[in-house]
Amino acid sequence: MPIQQANWSPYDNNGGTCVAIAGADYCVIAADTRMSTGYNILTRDYSKIIQLADKSVMASSGFQADVRALQKVLEARHLVYQHQHNKQMSCPAMAQLLSNTLYYKRFFPYYSFNVLGGLDSEGKGCVFTYDAVGSYERVGYSSQGSGSTLIMPFLDNQLKSPSPLLLPAKDAVTPLSESEAVDLVKTCFASATERDIYTGDKLEILVLNAEGIRREYMELRKD
Amino acid sequence: MAFLWLLIWEVRSPSLHPCSYGSTLRYKGVERMKPVGKHSLIGASGELSDFQEILRYLDELMLYDNLWDNGNSLGPKEVHNYLTRVMYNRRNQFNPLWNSLVLGGVKNGQKYLGTVNMIGVHYEDNHVATGFGNHLARPILRDEWHENLSFEDGVKLLEKCMRVLLYRDRSAVNKLQATNITEEGVTISQPYALKTSWNLAAFKNPTVGAEGSW
Repeated sequence: MPIQQANWSPYDNNGGTCVAIAGADYCVIAADTRMSTGYNILTRDYSKIIQLADKSVMASSGFQADVRALQKVLEARHLVYQHQHNKQMSCPAMAQLLSNTLYYKRFFPYYSFNVLGGLDSEGKGCVFTYDAVGSYERVGYSSQGSGSTLIMPFLDNQLKSPSPLLLPAKDAVTPLSESEAVDLVKTCFASATERDIYTGDKLEILVLNAEGIRREYMELRKD
Repeated sequence: MAFLWLLIWEVRSPSLHPCSYGSTLRYKGVERMKPVGKHSLIGASGELSDFQEILRYLDELMLYDNLWDNGNSLGPKEVHNYLTRVMYNRRNQFNPLWNSLVLGGVKNGQKYLGTVNMIGVHYEDNHVATGFGNHLARPILRDEWHENLSFEDGVKLLEKCMRVLLYRDRSAVNKLQATNITEEGVTISQPYALKTSWNLAAFKNPTVGAEGSW
């Protein structure tokens, strides 16, 4: 009898793309709102972004059930932190928590590709980028998800990030203004939508700055 | 098996009746939609025995909710969340409940429609479907659903979709139930059949354009 292969997978890829850009005093986090499976679109209006704390916003793409479970775990842990410390978690603290949470399931991972954005304790924009098992790095900008291969090289070209090997360390945050960064994000998604079938429908943009948080939407191609 | 749900000012849903057993159409009179509490309705595709177990879970959920006796009652949003957690938890144990569930309802004037499948993928929308419904019905619904759909038009739209499924899904039978959920409650219709037409010229003389075929 031939060897049987497992044909049930606990994973699925529900697609989508996330981007975040850090500025001198702001952070832009964006993701499309399309949820797909295989060649089908399940829904055109599903948010991949969640505000975990005052100054931390996470965008995640990948397997939606895992993404949602991860969001709930982080939300719950933040509540406990607030009870114990009587303050909000800082973005770098949330970054470490996310990494630890992901690695906790190193041998049955959350199939979730995350980008965490926010403001650090000095009010400067910060972006942290992750893989599915918690490996992370603070960067000036990042993208994850199905369209990341299309967007990342474009961002590299436009944002000219200094080498992390330079001494003294050069600031990774972009000198662009907030509105220029938002426009750049819109351009990224309009382009990715053209060539990535899993990206499209609508773009959700969150901007964090000293005033607070602002949400913006832009229509994308629905094909 | 296919399920279709439509969100209008109430919530409407039809489902086709059969239960297959491999390639045998084993049961043709199975009810795959059940009310849950006062405000919601659940419908399922997939493994019938797992659906029966889910109904037992929901019975227990509603029992404990009623035991509080505090005037509160679980609405469709809450029940959908509970089901999502149950499905995801079983998936984590590599022992899934092999179903695609649809949960709809109306509470305090707020209508709700959501779905969750065996690996825990879930979402809400104005119209949802399971199985073949995703391929055949949702495009029609995307084109013709709108915010101010009347109840009668909603019925017609759903029946249009179900007819397509009846023609094209080989595991479908012409026996369906439609449900209507409003603030007042849940009403499930008696099973009925759709009018179909097999009177196509191509079916009458199938070999007319193909010499030698049968």
